[in-house]
Amino acid sequence: NVSFLQFLLLTADIISTVEFNQSGELLATGDKGGRVVIFQQEQESKNKLQCRGEYNVYSTFQSHEPEFDYLKSLEIEEKINKIRWLPQKNAAHFLLSTNDKTIKLWKISERDKRPEGYNLKEEDGRYRDPNTVTTLRVPVFRPMDLMVEASPRRVFANAHTYHINSISVNSDCETYLSADDLRVNLWHLEITDRSFNIVDIKPANMEDLTEVITAAEFHPNQCNTFVYSSSKGTIRLCDMRAAALCDSHAKLFEEPEDPNNRSFFSEIISSISDVKFSHSGRYMMTRDYLSVKIWDLNMESRPVETYQVHEYLRSKLCSLYENDCIFDKFECCWNGNDSVVMTGSYNNFFRMFDRGYQQDMTLEASRENSKLRSVLKPRKVSTGGKRKKDEISVDSLDFNKKILHTAWHPLDNIIAVATTNNLYIFQDKLN
Amino acid sequence: MISTMECAVDAQSLISISLMKIHNSRTQRGGIKLHKNLLVSYVLRNARQVYIKEKYAEIYRMQQYEEVMTVCNEIQELNPLDLEAEDAEDEEQARAACCAEEASACGSPCHRGAAHCRAAGTVAGCSLLEDGCKEPEPSYYRSCCMEAPPAPLCETTVLDLDTHVVTTVENGYLHQDCCCDALQCGQSAQSPAKKRKVEFGCCASDAEEAHDFTAARKRAKREDCSYSAPDYTDTSNISNLISIFGSGFSGLLSRQADLEQICSKQALASLGAWTRAIVAF
Repeated sequence: NVSFLQFLLLTADIISTVEFNQSGELLATGDKGGRVVIFQQEQESKNKLQCRGEYNVYSTFQSHEPEFDYLKSLEIEEKINKIRWLPQKNAAHFLLSTNDKTIKLWKISERDKRPEGYNLKEEDGRYRDPNTVTTLRVPVFRPMDLMVEASPRRVFANAHTYHINSISVNSDCETYLSADDLRVNLWHLEITDRSFNIVDIKPANMEDLTEVITAAEFHPNQCNTFVYSSSKGTIRLCDMRAAALCDSHAKLFEEPEDPNNRSFFSEIISSISDVKFSHSGRYMMTRDYLSVKIWDLNMESRPVETYQVHEYLRSKLCSLYENDCIFDKFECCWNGNDSVVMTGSYNNFFRMFDRGYQQDMTLEASRENSKLRSVLKPRKVSTGGKRKKDEISVDSLDFNKKILHTAWHPLDNIIAVATTNNLYIFQDKLN
Repeated sequence: MISTMECAVDAQSLISISLMKIHNSRTQRGGIKLHKNLLVSYVLRNARQVYIKEKYAEIYRMQQYEEVMTVCNEIQELNPLDLEAEDAEDEEQARAACCAEEASACGSPCHRGAAHCRAAGTVAGCSLLEDGCKEPEPSYYRSCCMEAPPAPLCETTVLDLDTHVVTTVENGYLHQDCCCDALQCGQSAQSPAKKRKVEFGCCASDAEEAHDFTAARKRAKREDCSYSAPDYTDTSNISNLISIFGSGFSGLLSRQADLEQICSKQALASLGAWTRAIVAF
């Protein structure tokens, strides 16, 4: 049983994505205003057991601006839909950030030294008259205050007619995919003026449209394999070696619908909002409105594990449809060794499911209820008639407080949880 | 917080809520969200299916009641008093005219609703859907052109909206309560119905036409054009009912799929306009 310490909170514009880099040292967030804020683990304290969850702001930059498509008379939102880090190859860090239409590759680099002693330039930058130079000296690097710079290195634009929902970097570190409602494109990180379309589910007649792509991800180890999920609750695994256009899947993962649970909203709640491979590559996890499912890639007929996130909402679907909450897209994530999965819920609750011990836990990210560095208390929603003390009844849940984005440090038990405006970082309390 | 008020789980409310969502999405920042609108269209489809099924169930219930009353009325007709017989006939005529007209009430709600929204482009248009549907709703499928499960005494009466001729075909029967309810709904059709010429004749040719699905649809189209009341915009449903009646109640069940297909085509056609608009880019 793990208890968590709440470490950091930061107020921001509505957070729209959260992602650790491969080492866990950096944590990137994107927001509705097109900004990216990167946090870095406190260098001095990351080796101190109780202070691993201390992250400070490392860099902030404006990634996307609002745009206007004059041809279609459409405003393009600057909201950052996804951020994905590239594996680190040198001192600089690279990440991909995307809004609805355009993906950008950003280089984040540190500068802590400055060249001084130019011959032809003054210290303030003005050029000297060459005729006044009488001696020569070799410029040297002198330390300066650390400056973190973010610069856009590539802009991948004009490849998506519909709204981009996913990007995923390939394990080959050279290519990545981007997915919108109807298409998946393959890019090379160096080439911005073209991309390959590898999946296209747009019907000849749009009136025949029955499903859209909701998420896509590359396999963590096999550079030829990727999956994409659909609004119908299916996942297709595709092999790029089979054909140039991967419209026909190699595997189709689908669980038959339970006829007893049929309702007006069956289609909505079966729509998959997120798909994530396990770190091992053996499993994948999908999130639909009410549950989290773990699939074994070797078995297409049904998931191997299903976890109910908030089953008590099943009787409230009509209200949730009216207030649009039923369309909320929750994400999910694995911990470093794939033993625990986590996802968000309402009332600023988030849920963890321990696959090994078959236990689940509900925690709350809240300023009021938790003091900094206090231990989180598990929460419980009362579903039956009698509400016990400390339990919360379904009717008093706040559906405006939703946790859609969570991330787990790849190597440690540190988690980042985004409520609407705040980012919380929790680390496990080791005794 | 979820409202503690009961939310509208009935099909009709869901239909109007869904249409409103589709309408509102057009003005959302960032463009129309294809995924969300697709999901809303599924709710729309599900609600429509339930709505249609509910209506069929209502018809079936009415029909059972009618059978009982048929027997009662026949017993009544054996009465030697002329006056009563005449009254019965008059009632029948009034019933025939009224109810058949009521039957040509609003068509597929979503079709109308979508049409309204498309035309008006305002929230008012969508609420019109609700109001418009509510009014004719009680009499919508209370069409007396109902065929009973194989019972030789039942008759179907069909009102030809072109010639205003009421003809009695093989099956089905008009019931007094049915008409009264229709009248109580305060339909404007009330007065014109009474003024209509009513002619009882068992036109065999008409009966055959009624059974002929295609012909019935064609006639429905003519009826559509000729009838001026604004509420009765979609009369193809009445023709479908006519064809169903001709083939027995089991025909109703088997035709349900066809009817649904037709309705769904209508609904999808109207939705299609939405998806066309949605993916205009």
